[in-house]
Amino acid sequence: MATTSAFQPNARGYYGEFGGAFIPEMLYPNVEELREQYLTILADPDFQRDYQQLLRDFVGRPTPLFEAKRLSARYGTRIFLKREDLCHTGAHKVNNTVGQILLAQRLGKTRIIAETGAGQHGVATATVCALMGMECIVYMGKTDTERQRPNVERMRLLGAEVRPVTSGSQTLKDATNEAIRDWISNPVDTHYIIGSVVGPHPYPDLVSRLQAIISEEIRKQLLEKVGRELPDYVVACVGGGSNAAGAFYHFLDEPSVKLIAVEAAGKGISSGHSAATSVLGKPGIIHGSRTLLMQDEDGQITEPYSLSAGLDYPGIGPLHAFLGASGRARFISIEDEPALRAVAELSRLEGIIPALETAHALAALPEIGAGPDDIVVLNLSGRGDKDLDTYLKYAEQMH
Amino acid sequence: MNNRIQQAFAAKKGKLLNIYFTAGYPTLDATVPLIQTLSGAGADLIEIGMPFSDPLADGPVIQQSSTAALANGMNMRVLFKQLHDIRQTVPDTPLLLMGYLNPVMQFGVENFCRQAAEAGVDGIILPDLPLDDYVAEYQDIFRRYNLRPVFLITPQTSESRIRRIDELTDSFLYLVSGPGTTGGQNTQSKGVQEAYFERIAAMNLRNPRLIGFGIGDKTSFDRACSYADGAIIGSAFIRALEGADDAPAAAKAFVSSVLN
Repeated sequence: MATTSAFQPNARGYYGEFGGAFIPEMLYPNVEELREQYLTILADPDFQRDYQQLLRDFVGRPTPLFEAKRLSARYGTRIFLKREDLCHTGAHKVNNTVGQILLAQRLGKTRIIAETGAGQHGVATATVCALMGMECIVYMGKTDTERQRPNVERMRLLGAEVRPVTSGSQTLKDATNEAIRDWISNPVDTHYIIGSVVGPHPYPDLVSRLQAIISEEIRKQLLEKVGRELPDYVVACVGGGSNAAGAFYHFLDEPSVKLIAVEAAGKGISSGHSAATSVLGKPGIIHGSRTLLMQDEDGQITEPYSLSAGLDYPGIGPLHAFLGASGRARFISIEDEPALRAVAELSRLEGIIPALETAHALAALPEIGAGPDDIVVLNLSGRGDKDLDTYLKYAEQMH
Repeated sequence: MNNRIQQAFAAKKGKLLNIYFTAGYPTLDATVPLIQTLSGAGADLIEIGMPFSDPLADGPVIQQSSTAALANGMNMRVLFKQLHDIRQTVPDTPLLLMGYLNPVMQFGVENFCRQAAEAGVDGIILPDLPLDDYVAEYQDIFRRYNLRPVFLITPQTSESRIRRIDELTDSFLYLVSGPGTTGGQNTQSKGVQEAYFERIAAMNLRNPRLIGFGIGDKTSFDRACSYADGAIIGSAFIRALEGADDAPAAAKAFVSSVLN
């Protein structure tokens, strides 16, 4: 597998001007310990054996690469869906939590905390904590606990404590703040499993590496199916950007592969209710990382909006900020409504009900410019069970 | 170049009281009267909090005062306007600005330092500004305006890192009393905390030390002062302002309750 270069962070965790570790002193020893050890642990054969075994036997990897023929006919190109929705727990998030729980064990940590938006990362964290018999506390914005109720129940069933967060907008940003405050208060025994490629260095790189299995498999599977490893397009949705980072990772240094990152435009870019950070954001610091974020002219972080709880984040990972700034990836913004239409379309055409987050990537298909001879790989990051209430409400409005 | 922070520590040996409050709280225009009252009532240093939407190192009390201050209309431009003539009424008490890096970055670091210096501010505390970034990008600017950075030290900070922080500091060291955000209860045992304070005291550092986080009344203030040159009170002071009809009167009563 090609090792990437220009798109790897430097020693201080910068991708170009984005990244770094802007953390209060209280977190310094924890983050430093992680920074010093993560590459060694990830490369350790013992870690790799456990990680690969769990990915295979617990997560169910490799996930299929499915040629979506009716969807392809609809858009006049050749579309393959990378079925991360078939991962145990229903989304790609578990690739990261399996890796991080093994890392936490090797760091001697006994208590796990996590933040969650849509609840997928919370469920994936609660799942691996149950598997390893570790204490698990998940911070979730109160608004999100209400709109993603089934995931709250799943986490509780798995033995995790879900702490609703009532500060700020009561969504993912605030859940992340509260998880960081927990870590400040419990610096010795606790590992913070961040769910996306955000936060202080080394988290963006750590999570990217743990999600890179997605693109590693795509290359192998594409070679088997079409005789070449490289697609023409890779399309993925971006909230913080973990599924996109995983789907892009092994194509970053392959300039022939066009990378398409799809953000949530909410009710429209200029509506004041949007989460399209690449368009609306400016460089600044959020959750310990210098990246693009949505903020007012005084540097106060503004509340993003998306119908999709998993894309409702005012920043993007520093890797993605760099991919956008350097022109390596193209960013497209999709509003709530076309995303909801894409849910119905994929359900009817292919028999797959996607997550609302993933539906944003699907809705971008007409805009990417792929032709009949092109091969498009779309990362189907999650399944739609958690969003059924939202889908039913939308269907009622339509009738 | 000397500045008011060093003068304050030279003038008074021990038991220095440093009070933190959030600018623009409880009302937008409370900032200046509070500084004047605190100075008059016997606070030896004053930290003026620059409210931020996402204060990661702060507990619920300062989170709420920050949210309220922002809703009151506080921002950097308003704050510097308020502080413009502060040295006419409060000539000697050291003033420090404390907040998070992002609003300072968006205001422009140079612009921020220039206006702070013009207002007569002496020190800057930005907990999420990493030491290496400070040295690489900020130190020269801070020095040009004679602004002194203050860095935090925690029970987990290594000895070599404490020595480096001490080298980079010409004001005081901010000893975080234990694991936790501002205003939290210390969960560690008294013995563990004492061992930490004594370990730092025994290092013979060049800068004086103030203990902060979880200090809230006369008892905790006096106890902290037995291990350091003084202590910092934030959340408990803000709680005293909550719902007070007369914020300066509440401030005066609070300082008096700690000192007497």
